Amino acid sequence: MAAEAKPGNSKRSGPEIRVQAEDFDPGQELQRLTQDDTGIGAVVSFVGLVRDFADQKSDSSMTLEHYPGMTERQIMAIAEQAWQRWPLNGCLVVHRHGRLLPGDRIVLVIAASPHRKAAFEACEFLIDWLKTKAPFWKLEQSGAMREWVESRGSDDDAAARWNK
Amino acid sequence: MIKLLYFALLRERVGVPEESLSLPPDVKDVGTLLAWLREQSPNHAAALCDPNMVRVAVNQDYAALTDPVRAGDEVALFPPVTGG
Repeated sequence: MAAEAKPGNSKRSGPEIRVQAEDFDPGQELQRLTQDDTGIGAVVSFVGLVRDFADQKSDSSMTLEHYPGMTERQIMAIAEQAWQRWPLNGCLVVHRHGRLLPGDRIVLVIAASPHRKAAFEACEFLIDWLKTKAPFWKLEQSGAMREWVESRGSDDDAAARWNK
Repeated sequence: MIKLLYFALLRERVGVPEESLSLPPDVKDVGTLLAWLREQSPNHAAALCDPNMVRVAVNQDYAALTDPVRAGDEVALFPPVTGG
């Protein structure tokens, strides 16, 4: 699912996305994405973590359900949009699913570009749209408490401003 | 036949993760499908009663109420997403 090759010294032909249960290593991913391309002058990464919603209770967890197939398709569509909109040399999205604990990494977004403005903007665009389009649902559990997280209007607003 | 998939809170309320159903001839789009599904059981009705809490994807793309539904489609129903 790679985009068309770009002119210049970009070594990568399109964004890369992964949906997985396993953890990821942000430093290793960043190194891998940037190591063969000296045209990159700026790389911006975002890592989302499981926040402890139950105030330090030791048994709290978050389970991420997803829609296999559609999840990959929607994330790739968003990543392709970012690839078209900004001059990116590299773009990576990794999103986990399954049962996670407070402090665990959930999502990684990396955008690499010759200059910082494009890298910052593309990274923010990706996480904003991912939150409103990628079919994931968070279930929070702690003791007897079991609750599906409700979506937030502020996330829709954050994504919508990129349409201006 | 169409294949229906339910996720998260909707899956729990309907009681099954997926089902295959034969559509009556007057069900032609997402809107009429939702109305028809609500009549299938009290669980379906409870799961789908609040339109603001239901998102629909046809063949893995987000769909509006007026988008067509045809035999062979995979139609997923789920609450607003909360990833990231």
